[in-house]
Amino acid sequence: MKGAKLQKVAKDAPRGWPEEVHRLLREHAIRQVAIVPDAGHAQLIRLCEADTAMRVVRLTSEEQGVALLAGAWLGGEKGVLLMQSSGVGNCINMLSLNASCSFPLLMLVTMRGDHGEFNPWQIPMGQASQEVLEAMGVIVMRADTPAEVAVTVRGALGLAFNGQRAVAVLIGQKVLGAKDFRELTHSVPE
Amino acid sequence: MKAVLHRREVVNALLKDRGDLLVVAGLGSAAWDITAAGDSALSFPLWGAMGGAAMLGLGLALAQPRRRVLVVTGDGEMLMGLGSLAAIAAQRPRNLAIVVLDNERYGETGMQATHTAHGVDLAGMAKAADFAQVLRVGGKPGVAQLRSRVYAKGKAAGPLFAQVKVVAEKLPLVLPPREGTYLKNRFRIALLGVSAAQD
Repeated sequence: MKGAKLQKVAKDAPRGWPEEVHRLLREHAIRQVAIVPDAGHAQLIRLCEADTAMRVVRLTSEEQGVALLAGAWLGGEKGVLLMQSSGVGNCINMLSLNASCSFPLLMLVTMRGDHGEFNPWQIPMGQASQEVLEAMGVIVMRADTPAEVAVTVRGALGLAFNGQRAVAVLIGQKVLGAKDFRELTHSVPE
Repeated sequence: MKAVLHRREVVNALLKDRGDLLVVAGLGSAAWDITAAGDSALSFPLWGAMGGAAMLGLGLALAQPRRRVLVVTGDGEMLMGLGSLAAIAAQRPRNLAIVVLDNERYGETGMQATHTAHGVDLAGMAKAADFAQVLRVGGKPGVAQLRSRVYAKGKAAGPLFAQVKVVAEKLPLVLPPREGTYLKNRFRIALLGVSAAQD
């Protein structure tokens, strides 16, 4: 069984927040994983792709995930939306679905423009993310250390699916690290 | 080619004796059309969230692989969510059909021309995204063929995209319930049982 194999891999690997979050998503029967990739989510995305109980849905823009997961809930399935903070702005009008219909939604947002950001163009949306989410009625929780991520996601899962609310967990750049793009001008990134 | 089909007749033909078909409608005329055909707990008419109808249909189709899911929407609503054609095609849901009623107009805002009035080919975009079935419908035989594909069980390839050219006409609005939480709960109870409202 693929699930068993996956568990073995996870046990052998060092336990970081992506493994802990993946295990939580499994425990909460999350089936649809909607993504616009971010480097900060790369490991969690790999874990979800390897998990036969989950279906990874590649979006071309983040608001598609808000609508997708409303449909999933109508059909009796739970999901999660993974994105970078630059995608928060793309979601705003679509979040009317959650505000108008009380659709639950769990968004895991890896932050840019937050802590040591190199790229100035990431700063406006990163800094505005919490405020614009809250303006649309989304409950915002932050995790700024690796140890806080899983416990915050656990709380967000409860709020979202027991409380029928949209909840975003912002995973801070302190957790993820900021890269200096100048270092990449002399070598190819891995 | 001048459109001859009337949108309400097309939708009536698609939804007559709909059985256990699950229906999502994009905001505006498409929502009024499915309601004119007969309101149902297994219909989810959108009152906003423009550009989201097709993706909402995808989430539903993936969650309910044994049920047929039909999204009825307009050309303006589909144009706002064009990227979802790529997201849907990549998932290959066999049970999802998207029907765009294309009157080449933004109907709710004063009948301004959409991009399809200026040569943009929605069906061609779905084809290029690699939808398994793409239909262009302009007459009654096409509507009958579309209906049989929407209800095809089992082996049919999916997803299906149909662009139905319809007459640009202003019709009396037929309003579905507009309280979103009610629409959501009645749908889930009808589909999943009364326990779905207590989970």
